[in-house]
Formats: sequence, structure tokens, C-alpha cells
Amino acid sequence: MNGSAGISAAALAAAMALAAMLGLVAAPLAGLLLAIPGSGAAADVIGDPYVWHVARFTVWQAFLSTLLSALFAIPVARALARRAIFPGRALLVRLLSLPLALPQLVAVLGILSVWGSNGWLARAATAAGSGWRPDVYGLIGILLAHVFFNMPLMVRLISAALERVPGEYWRLSAQLGMPPRTIWRLVEWPAIRGVLPGAAALVFMLCATSYTVVLVLGGGPGASTLEVAIYEALRFEFDPPRAVILAMLQLAITATVFLVLRRLAVPMETGFIPQTPFPRLDGDRAGVRLHDVFWLLTAAAYISTPLAGIVFSGLGADLLRLTTETAVQAALLTSLMLATTTSLFALLMTWALLQPLRGSRGGTTENPLTRTADLAASLVLIVPPVILGAGWFVILMPGGSMEWFAPAVVAVINALMSLPFTWRVLQPAFRDVQQRHGRLCAQLGIRGLARLRLVDWPLMRRPIGLAAALSLALSLGDLGAIALFGSENFRTLPWLLYQRLGSYRTDDAAGLALVLLGLIMILMILAETTGRRKRAP
Amino acid sequence: MFRTAAAAIMGLALALSPGVVKAAEETPALTIYTYDSFTADWGPGPAVKKAFEKECGCTVKMIGLQDGVSILNRLKLEGSRTRADIVLGLDTNLIVEARATGLLAPHGLELKDLNLPVEWKDDTFVPYDWAHFAVVYDSERLQTPPKSLKELVDGPADVKIVLQDPRTSTPGLGFLLWMKAVYGDGAEEAWKRLKRRVLTVTPGWSAAYGLFTKGEAPMVLSYVTSPAYHMIEEKTERYRAAVFAEGHYLQIEVAAAVKASKNPQLARKFLAFMLTPGFQDNIPTKNWMFPAGRTSKPLPEAFGKLVRPAKTLLFPPEEVARNRKAWIAEWRRAMSNR
Repeated sequence: MNGSAGISAAALAAAMALAAMLGLVAAPLAGLLLAIPGSGAAADVIGDPYVWHVARFTVWQAFLSTLLSALFAIPVARALARRAIFPGRALLVRLLSLPLALPQLVAVLGILSVWGSNGWLARAATAAGSGWRPDVYGLIGILLAHVFFNMPLMVRLISAALERVPGEYWRLSAQLGMPPRTIWRLVEWPAIRGVLPGAAALVFMLCATSYTVVLVLGGGPGASTLEVAIYEALRFEFDPPRAVILAMLQLAITATVFLVLRRLAVPMETGFIPQTPFPRLDGDRAGVRLHDVFWLLTAAAYISTPLAGIVFSGLGADLLRLTTETAVQAALLTSLMLATTTSLFALLMTWALLQPLRGSRGGTTENPLTRTADLAASLVLIVPPVILGAGWFVILMPGGSMEWFAPAVVAVINALMSLPFTWRVLQPAFRDVQQRHGRLCAQLGIRGLARLRLVDWPLMRRPIGLAAALSLALSLGDLGAIALFGSENFRTLPWLLYQRLGSYRTDDAAGLALVLLGLIMILMILAETTGRRKRAP
Repeated sequence: MFRTAAAAIMGLALALSPGVVKAAEETPALTIYTYDSFTADWGPGPAVKKAFEKECGCTVKMIGLQDGVSILNRLKLEGSRTRADIVLGLDTNLIVEARATGLLAPHGLELKDLNLPVEWKDDTFVPYDWAHFAVVYDSERLQTPPKSLKELVDGPADVKIVLQDPRTSTPGLGFLLWMKAVYGDGAEEAWKRLKRRVLTVTPGWSAAYGLFTKGEAPMVLSYVTSPAYHMIEEKTERYRAAVFAEGHYLQIEVAAAVKASKNPQLARKFLAFMLTPGFQDNIPTKNWMFPAGRTSKPLPEAFGKLVRPAKTLLFPPEEVARNRKAWIAEWRRAMSNR
């Protein structure tokens, strides 16, 4: 009886979260369509060969970006999981969270410090007397940047899956003396396979909606994504119906990819196997060692060099003056408050959406509600924040002053945008905990807050910390949602950064990028040490 | 982290509470929608606000949006319920659309002492500054800059330029019109030749200029006035503008009063004030443009060193509005072919 009462409460929570989510997305779309008639040319979208050309390119570059990110991330994640201790490990793991948090233009400038035609590689080539110059503008630049953003994300998602593998598996594989290839086939790959499709879908979505990267590094309008077309429709043409139809097209494409990928996902069922930690003993062979060192070094170099570029440019700025400016301090505070609110809201929303996964007798379950939750939480990112922002603007405007609700709207939009990330991190962990301990909890009648305190929180600290860190980072770097709501009392750090960049103050912008980087690093450490702290006895 | 989040929520709630929003409504207030760099601490906004408040016995409130296009879109979104009394920061290419909203009021001023390279007759929009677009180059890396648009179009492929996207940026649209004004029907062919030299096309001016100063390309599309910033703020003459024989396309920035304004007199007073030294003195070294009205002192020395285009190119706004879509499609075709 307890069980069924639990289910209906869980279903109710999830249904409410779903309804809230759909409402938060659908209302602005409807509001926008009703408020502004547009040009009436919206119907032409489907027949426009240019739109299809753009759609093809969108899918193609997103596909390649995802593939490359995955191929790069898998060996790195394996190496990272295999080596629990090596100097710089903690730093490397932190570095992996940074790219995602950078405003796209900042990251692009960082990447160009390394790969650009006047970057370090080019200068090294000149110094070596070679006439060779890197030419990254075009598809290759887009891929370089997308891998920079997404490979680290995939590494974190995949290594989280590997860390969830019960210690018992490692003990057995060590006792049986399994060679690396067998471990890969029997343990690692099944674990990775459970999360890879979801991670790939998320990365595909991020790359499909990429805007600044594609325009700046794409080299010209030959490289355009649907997101560019949406901006064009919403800005110069101011034709919201056209923008909404384009967004729907984008949604349809991504949803298809997502559904196909979801069929490939086979979650690793670990049942009752106890989670006793056991050290990995399979890393001692020379070949394995070489493999791990190579991939870890490559990944570290790939991520850290553009970041170093950002740091170097930032050090050229007058940091003392910058950080004592009231505008900067105010923006810092705004960004912090916005990011923490966003993160908390995203976590609560994800938690509610996860509830129906708990089956009636303690295991996990699949039903239309869980599937809808999965779909909604995964795909919400595809609706461009500019459209959500414009829609909410239209709806809330009659309510009065913009300063009142702008922060709330931006926080909600940012939270929605980070749902796919928190979902991707928490959902597998949640399933796992439920499969291992759900039955016991059901038998003992541990429910509600008691269960959260005694079971879920201790076991899910780390994924919760990671999810919080990701949504914090995402919100800190965001510019999309806030662009429309600018007002004198509400400026975030990325907004300020773009403002400086827009008035010749490149040095200031570089300095602010460094400040942002530092801030993200601090928040990440805070969020993740909360997750890592050992449970008090 | 949950504790910080809770503190943040409380902070947000505080920031949103009515106490923080200024309640001083006794003196009339003038709300101006403008672009963000205008309102920045180093921009003209703060000084303009102070100067006008001294004259008008009112409070000036400036809302900084992303750019001119955002100002217009915000106005369209808000319609007649807008709280703006003035929109400041549109350019000539946006005024047809802005007028078509029916939300703007005639200025009712006699615009006599305008200091513009072209004649200005418009009953709604008042110009406040202007500058020609120009190809700015890095003199340390490029000794012989192009002397004409033709030389730019047909020059060597390995000397690159960074351009902006005409679909998303005002300078990008300005350059598209420049090409059209010089090449007319041959513009598509010219774009195909220029394409060889285009390093990349950025969504906005900031990214393009950022790439340029980073050394990614020796040329960028910007303004005749850009070198003045580097001369005055950075004491360097390294970055210069190239003069083109065919003439340069002009950008004029304008402001207008909003019809729904509750303070129409005040709005009109501001538009008139805009052309006086109290406003115009702040334009050259804070907005880095040429003032469209009287200033109290002559322009700084650096402005004397700037190149002066012999000829000004400018399409009538109506023609731009009529053809923009077709011309952008032409650009897209020429630039996408590989």
C-alpha cells in the first residue's frame, strides 16, 4: 500500500514538473505568435531550398562534431576511470567542466590563440622557418571548437558511468586475469553503452543549435545553421512565426536523432550487486599505460591551451581597475545569484521528473510518463532562448516594469536550458540507486525525506554535485536569454564582456573573460567538493 | 551549495522588491531606449544624462539594449504600451521599418545647423552622429592597403579581411550596400571575387574587430573613426583606415520621440538638446563618431588625422527597405558557392 501511495505522489510530482515545463515553453511560443502577426511568409519556410540547405549543413556538422567528440572522449574517459590517482588528476577533471561554461565568443578567441592564423601554432611554424599556416576557417574550425566544448562533457558523462560500475566487477576481472580487451568487451563497453546514446544526443543538440561558433569559424554563409536562420528571422526580419516554424523544424530533426539514439541505449542492469569499492588493477600493462598517458596528455593539451590563451590575454588587462569597478562587481553579484538560482531550480525540476522511474515494488519502471519526461528533459534545449525570451517578454509586459521580472525569467529560461545536462547526469545515477536499493527501501518503508537523507543524498552526492556544477557553469556563460531583457540594473558578466568588446575595449573584455573563468572554477570546486565529501559517520 | 542558493534566492527577492526600484516619480522622468555601449560608464550616456537633467528639471533613465536592431524590436514587442519616450540609436537603414510601426512621433524641430555630409530632411528622425564605413588595416602587417573597393575585391587572396554578416549586423549590412552602390548589378560577381579574401564573416562588429586586433587578419570592416580610438586611448597610429576612390558608404545614427510618450514636450526638448554642445561634446571621444551638431570645442587633434572620403555613398532608406531581402539573397548565393 505504501508503494502505491508513493507512486502516485511521484507521478504527481513529475506530471506537475512536466506541465510546468511544457507551459514555460509553450506559453511564450503561443504568446509570440498571437502578439505579432509576422509577414505571412512563414509558410514558405518549408518550400525554401535555402532552409533545406542550411538544415543539411546543420545536421552534417552536428553529426561530425558528435562523432569526433565521442571518439576522442571514450579513450580519455577510460583512461581517467582506470587511473584513480595521478598527479594533476583533480585539476584535469576541473578543466573538463570549464569549456562548457565559456561564452562561445570567448572560447572561440581562446581557440584561435592556439589554432588561428596568428596563433601559437602559426608562430611556432614561422619560428621554425616553415611557411605553413593553419587555416581553420570552415568546417574544420567548427569541428575544432565543437570538440573543445563537447569532448570534455562526454568524458564527464562517460567516466561517471564507468565509476558507477560495481567494484565487484573489477575484483572479478582482476581475479580472472582478464586482458584489457576482454574488460572492454564485458565491462567497460556495456557501461558506456548505457550512457553514450544520451550523451551523444545531448552533444548533437548542442552542436545543431550552435550559433557564434558556426558564424565566426565557419568562414561565411556557406556554413550556417538553422539557429542562424532563426536569429535572422527574429532580428532583422522580425517575423516571429517564421522563427517559430524554423525552431519547430530544428526540433523535429533533433527529436528524430534523439529517438533513434535512444533505441540504441541499453542501460547496464546491475541489480543487487553491492557497490563495494575495489581498485582497478588492470592499468599496469605497458600498453595500457602508454594508451592512458597518451590520451590524458592529448586531452589535457587540447583543452588547456585555449584556456591558457584566455588567461594570457586576460593577464594583459588592468585587472585591479577592472575588479574594483562597481559595474563589474555588480555584474559579478548578479551572475552569481542568477547562476545559483538557476542551478537550484534545474535540480529540483530534474528531481521531480525522475520520480516516476521508481517502480511500484522498488525497481525501476518504464511507462509513458517516464518516456515523456525523458523526451522533454532531453529536448528542451532545442528551443532557442531568444524565442523563449521574446515570448515571455510579450506575455509579461502588460504586468508592468521589466526590472521586476527580468531576473526571474532569465533564471527560468537558463534552468530549462540546463535541464538536459542535469538530466543526463542524474538520470543514470538515479536508476542505479533505485535498482540497487529501491526494493530494500520499499520493504523497510523508507520514503520521502528520510529516504532522501539516508539513501539518495549519500549515494548521489557526486552526480548531484556534477549536475549542479554543469548548470551553474551553463548559466554563468549564458547570453542568449538575457539579450532582450537588458536594463540598467540587470547586467551579467558575459553581458558586460560583450559590451566592452563592442566598444573597442578588447583588453577589458579579455580581463573579464579571465574573471569569469576564475569564478566558474571556484563555483565548480564548491559544487563538486560538496558532492565528494565523505559521509560523516 | 544549497545554502548559497538559498541566499541567492533571498537576494533575488530583495532585488525584485519594490523598495529597490526608485520611487522618485514626483519629477517628470524621461526614458530612453538606446544601445548598451551608449549607456556604459565610458560611453556618452552618463554625461548626457547629467547635462540634460541640469536643464530639464527631470530625471533621465537610459535602458541599454544590445544594438539598434534590438531597440527597434523591443519597441515593436511593446507597441503602444512602451515606456520609452525616446529611442536613440537606430541608423538610416532601420528608419523605414521604424516609421512603419506607427509608434513614433514627428519631432517638430527645425533642423538647421546640422553638420552632416548629406542633406537631411526627415520629420521624425533626428540625426545625432555619423561616420563613414571604412576598411581598417594594421599598418605593421600591411604596407600597401587597397586604394579602392575594386582593389579590395580583386587583390591578392592571401591578404585577408574580416567582414560582418549583413543578416545580423549593421556594419555588415552597410558593407553590402557599399558593394551594391559601387558595383550595382555586378555586385554578385564582385562578391564572388572578394570571397577569396574573406577570412570569415562574423555575426557582429565585436567579433570581427576582436579577430582583427588578435592578428587573425590584417583588414577589417569598421569605421573611418576607429583609428581615433587607438590614437587617443592607446596612443598608437598602428591601425589606419584605407581611403577608397569610389567613395565610402555612410552610417547616420538617429533618434526619435515615441508617440505614446506621457511627456511629449520633454521628449521634444531632449531631441533639440541632442544637437547642442551639452550632448554633442560627448560624441567624438565617447561614441567614436562624428558629431552631427555643434560642439563647444573643435574636435580633438586625432580626428584631424582621420581620412576624409571624397565622396559619400548612401541609398535612400526606402530603396534599402525595398531591396534588402533580394540583395542579401544575392550575397548569400555569391558567398556560399564553394
